[in-house]
Amino acid sequence: MNVTQEHLREEFDAYVASDKKIEPKDWMPDAYRKTLIRQISQHAHSEIVGMLPEGKWIGRAPSLQRKAILLAKVQDEAGHGLYLYSAAETLGVERADLVDDLLSGKAKYSSIFNYPSLTWADIGAIGWLVDGAAIMNQVPLCRCSYGPYARAMTRVCKEESFHQRQGYSIMMQLMKGTDAQKEMAQDALNRWWWPSLMMFGPSDSESTHSSQNMKWNIKRFSNDELRQRMVDMTVPQAECIGLKMPDPDLKWNEEKGGHDFGEIDWTEFYDVIAGNGICNKERLEERNKAHDDGAWVRDAAVAYSEKRKANKQR
Amino acid sequence: MDALLRLGDDALVLAQRLGEWCGHAPALEEDIALTNIALDLIGQTQSYLSLAGSLDPDAPKTDDELAFLRSDREFKNLLLVEQSNGHFGDTIARQFLFDKYALLRAEHVAQQTFDMDAAAIAAKAVKEIRYHADHSSKWIIRLGDGTSESHSRIQKSINDLWKFTGEMFAADEVDIAGSIAGLLPDLTALKTQWDEEIDKVLLEATLVRPEDGEMKTGGRTGVHTEELVTMLAEMQVLPRTHPGASW
Ligand SMILES: [Fe+2]
Ligand SMILES: [Fe+2]
Ligand SMILES: [Fe+2]
Repeated sequence: MNVTQEHLREEFDAYVASDKKIEPKDWMPDAYRKTLIRQISQHAHSEIVGMLPEGKWIGRAPSLQRKAILLAKVQDEAGHGLYLYSAAETLGVERADLVDDLLSGKAKYSSIFNYPSLTWADIGAIGWLVDGAAIMNQVPLCRCSYGPYARAMTRVCKEESFHQRQGYSIMMQLMKGTDAQKEMAQDALNRWWWPSLMMFGPSDSESTHSSQNMKWNIKRFSNDELRQRMVDMTVPQAECIGLKMPDPDLKWNEEKGGHDFGEIDWTEFYDVIAGNGICNKERLEERNKAHDDGAWVRDAAVAYSEKRKANKQR
Repeated sequence: MDALLRLGDDALVLAQRLGEWCGHAPALEEDIALTNIALDLIGQTQSYLSLAGSLDPDAPKTDDELAFLRSDREFKNLLLVEQSNGHFGDTIARQFLFDKYALLRAEHVAQQTFDMDAAAIAAKAVKEIRYHADHSSKWIIRLGDGTSESHSRIQKSINDLWKFTGEMFAADEVDIAGSIAGLLPDLTALKTQWDEEIDKVLLEATLVRPEDGEMKTGGRTGVHTEELVTMLAEMQVLPRTHPGASW
């Protein structure tokens, strides 16, 4: 690194340390740019792939009101994908290239969406737990050092909290219902609880990106801290509606003022990340098919707008 | 009641179809647009079906009961709106042919004074359908005047769906009674306006208006194409499997 680079770097570190925002035209270290592109685009991809498991239940939503709410939610997720791709584009990449990386399997997205949504209660559990975990992860990002990302997250988080409430409301309604409905809700919690805890990533001792990201104010809390908060928030919510947490080791620890809970199945965690989740293949195939089927439409839109431009110039 | 069911069922069945696109559109912007249209249509469904269900004081029904517990023979929607999505062009053609009709119909219902509740629902719907019609017309033009592939695909979509357009204007007793009372528009006059609107867009899209051949009807009296039964089986599965449950 030459002298100017080193100087810029020191200035950057001090600027970020004082909690100021970096904007697209500001100088930033390459590694910072790369980390952000990776994180923001992964987040965008997650929003898009996340539409699939929930989208499958739009057709089967059991009331008109639930159908409307679910449509609105899935529409929000597409919107989140859009803002996040735009935020990534401020870092000098193009949405089309990012999408290609998703479709080729090169880019990652949140593993949670590789679990299947089997019953209507899964729509409740996804909203309550998956959007809930996403909020836990994302609220601190509203104060992230990169301005466009922080602003996108502020918008996203507002909508995510509506998503979480609608999910919890589905679960609550099921728990007030028939035995079959209660069973459906409990079964969904049993299947989604551990995967949603896995959304916070590997435990702090294993996490590779954490410390640098903390210094850069991209990350504010460790994976384990956030996971602990998720557990402490969810347990009373489950109890309140009569759901049983699927963790025999779960108990209140007076001393730490939080719950102790069981060990995550890390083999499953790494297995799903490695692409062996129940739906990894289906999700990517579905995205690829949508993309390929739509190619002629996108081509037509481009051809049409070029003709318009040419006509105007004439 | 039948007139309101027609309005409600058209919206519901089309919304159900559009919902199938979610996550599969050619671009994210279209995922958003199509779900947005579906969302508007569900809102219209809720309003029209609630009103329809309230008309018989001895046996009042909720919008959900009408949506989830009637059989295909009791659905009064147009055959056009139940047709499967096909490719994006098929969906856009279906939407375009319907939107232009739905807009004219809603404009009439919004202005009549025979049923003020229906007028209020339609007044809100007009604003929404105007946006839908704008969206579908723009796509008809883009696809028609885009590439040669898109041109031939969208022309074929319109040709294929044309046989379902006659039903929109084939007035039966319900339409005639409704139009005499004032609630429903006179379909002959509506057809003239619809023709103009359609021709204008097709011209700009460099597309050809198909000849009126044999028209398929039956939806208004509950005799549907095979598409509807399958759709309803999916849509109604939970309320039918769990009778009496609340969601
Ligand atoms: Fe989201
Ligand atoms: Fe998210
Ligand atoms: Fe969400």
